Amino acid sequence: MRTNRFLPLLPALTLLAMLGPVAAGLWWTILPAFGHLPAAGQTGPSLDPFRDLFDWGGLPSAVFLSLTTGLLATAISLAIVVLVTAGWSGTRPFRNLERLLSPLLSVPHAAAAFGLAFLIAPSGWLSRLASPTLTGWERPPDLLIVQDTWGLSMAAGLIVKEVPFLLLITLAALGQADAKRSVAVAQALGYGRVTGWLKTVFPRVYAQIRPPVYVVLAYSMTVVDVAVILGPNTPPPLSVQIVKWMSDPDLAMRLEGAAGALLQLALVVGALCFWRLGESVVAALGRRWIAAGYRGRLDPVVARVALAAGCGSALAVLIGLAVLAIWSFAGFWGFPDALPDGFTTRNWMRFGPGTLEALQETAIIALTAGLLALILTIGCLEAEYRYGLSFSRRAVWLLYLPLLIPQIAFLPGLQTLMLNLGADVGRKPVIIAHLVFVLPYVFLSLADPFRAWDRRMGTIAAALGASANGVLWRVRLPMLLRPILTALAVGLAVSVGQYLPTLLIGGGRVATLTTEAVALASGGDRRAIAVYGLMQTGAALIPFALALLIPALAWRNRQGLRHG
Amino acid sequence: MDKGLSLRDVTIKKGDVPLLSVTHEIAPGDVLTVMGPSGVGKSTLLAFITGTLSPNFSATGSVWLDGHDITHVPPHQRRAGILFQDDLLFPHLSVGANLAFGLRPGGSKAERQSKITAALDEVGLADFGDRDPATLSGGQKARVALMRMLLSEPCALLLDEPFSRLDAALRAQVRSMVFDRARARGLPVLMVTHDAEDARAAGGEIITLG
Repeated sequence: MRTNRFLPLLPALTLLAMLGPVAAGLWWTILPAFGHLPAAGQTGPSLDPFRDLFDWGGLPSAVFLSLTTGLLATAISLAIVVLVTAGWSGTRPFRNLERLLSPLLSVPHAAAAFGLAFLIAPSGWLSRLASPTLTGWERPPDLLIVQDTWGLSMAAGLIVKEVPFLLLITLAALGQADAKRSVAVAQALGYGRVTGWLKTVFPRVYAQIRPPVYVVLAYSMTVVDVAVILGPNTPPPLSVQIVKWMSDPDLAMRLEGAAGALLQLALVVGALCFWRLGESVVAALGRRWIAAGYRGRLDPVVARVALAAGCGSALAVLIGLAVLAIWSFAGFWGFPDALPDGFTTRNWMRFGPGTLEALQETAIIALTAGLLALILTIGCLEAEYRYGLSFSRRAVWLLYLPLLIPQIAFLPGLQTLMLNLGADVGRKPVIIAHLVFVLPYVFLSLADPFRAWDRRMGTIAAALGASANGVLWRVRLPMLLRPILTALAVGLAVSVGQYLPTLLIGGGRVATLTTEAVALASGGDRRAIAVYGLMQTGAALIPFALALLIPALAWRNRQGLRHG
Repeated sequence: MDKGLSLRDVTIKKGDVPLLSVTHEIAPGDVLTVMGPSGVGKSTLLAFITGTLSPNFSATGSVWLDGHDITHVPPHQRRAGILFQDDLLFPHLSVGANLAFGLRPGGSKAERQSKITAALDEVGLADFGDRDPATLSGGQKARVALMRMLLSEPCALLLDEPFSRLDAALRAQVRSMVFDRARARGLPVLMVTHDAEDARAAGGEIITLG
């Protein structure tokens, strides 16, 4: 009966694991930002760090980049997802697109960004396809496409990854919105598909997907790995500059870094408020649009454009990964040839051992963080079930808090705290930091199937003499095998993709596939990048394949669980 | 020792709203039918007896089974068997493993297996032990669910609209199978239903709620 003494503590423990590091990190960002960092011989309070920050010449464009890429990426990916869903949900093209996009959800941001870079760079695959016949280029043109000053390629890299995420979230929300009948009624009244959907279903769906949309905005404004790969260099986006300050051997630079982190947090809060305001404006305009009764003559055009954009974003990632695969086996590959002169396994021989070492580190961290998150999540949900606790709508926001507060705002503080405590950097603190981000995703992924389980199964099993733990282990968990493995796979993919926590909390000494791959970005060795990027993608994708395969094998003779 | 199921001053409330009050003795082999439209809290009465009442409800009074007060006993030690309108066979277990789940612990492996075989024989489902429950017909599932419950040797039988999913022909057959076995084993039966025919077939006392 040990579990029963533990179980009531698990929800509190989960909150602590999720929010404790965030709170401690924020506090230790605030202190040095106001000049207090004993480890560097500084005691505050003082405003010098902020003065130094505002004296930095790159600040205006760094701030501008953070805002534009974030708002642009969020608005465009949301528009694509909403319009595709409005125009096509329930049709064959939509199902095909859905099939195309769902595996992309687990592709790490860095790998997708590398793939996109290999595709659109002046010497990239698209340019090779079109040269020299269409363009006349015999040498890669001197254009700044990747890492452009405006951050457009960076925004594109974010869009191709956020579209699958938002689509999956929207599909989940659709189930509860009674969309089919609403659109049928609207269509019977003469409305086009898109207009009918936007006017009847969208308000309900948006209310559900609002937290993940905010997460996308906060993430896009502050991402580091995608910015290193696709973002401008001089000056870089604010988040990248903060990492530079935090990694400086001169400890005094951390004060400026902490001030930057607080500014970044303020920017995110400001942008979220701006977005919230935008929601009200859109709602007001929408009400007028509804009242005016337009039926939507342009619907077919809008729907086709949206579908093309959705397919384009999916193809950008898929073809990008294919180009990574070609590079990883490429022998000599001169411009403007569309394919290399020959294929070789030499690249894999050369970088393989290094990737395997990084894979091992990645797997240890991901499995530990993923399994911890799974145990805490199941514990929370089981405690909720046994003790009749219920989480209010407000409490759901707690889950989103670690995803809304930008990593760059509190991880530097967490690093500083460890520095002050004299704690050893290394694998263990990295796992704890990963858990902060893995937990919410595992919880969100498992909560619905866990709660949807038929309680009467539990009543029957108890009436047959099974104890509460017996019901959990012998009935509930086996029946929920598939969603449990899927949630674990989500957790593993999240951990595999983490760049900043591994870099900052690991003190540069923990080398995962992601940190190694991103570190290669500045070197420009395409073959090395390709091998690492593919290994990273594989490490995130294979758990999903197993999450499908294992239940299919284990329950191959159990029809009742085939769709559970 | 008083055999049977006894409800003493049982009152169930949702928040401050009283749903039902029952005081009743059900002797071994007797059936009490609780009738009423859906939503009056018939099923909450059964949940109170099995110990699985949702925290949205509160209850006072006590439940006695074979002379023991089971009001505060954990659900799995109450020995109150229950059947729902759905068979609720565990989808991850074979038919035989479902029965083994119900069978009270004890006995050698061979003894347990022979009890399971005998149970399947009794309801005309010999050789069904290795089958996936999802491949059974509605009537077959109902019979497996009944035998699974009986193998747990309950001291009372609770029925929650147990026949409403079955079609007319099957219904009479399953119904008499359930009541015959309950009577043969001397089990007190509490059935909630909104179906007048079920109530008549049960042949016992009827209380109407709501």
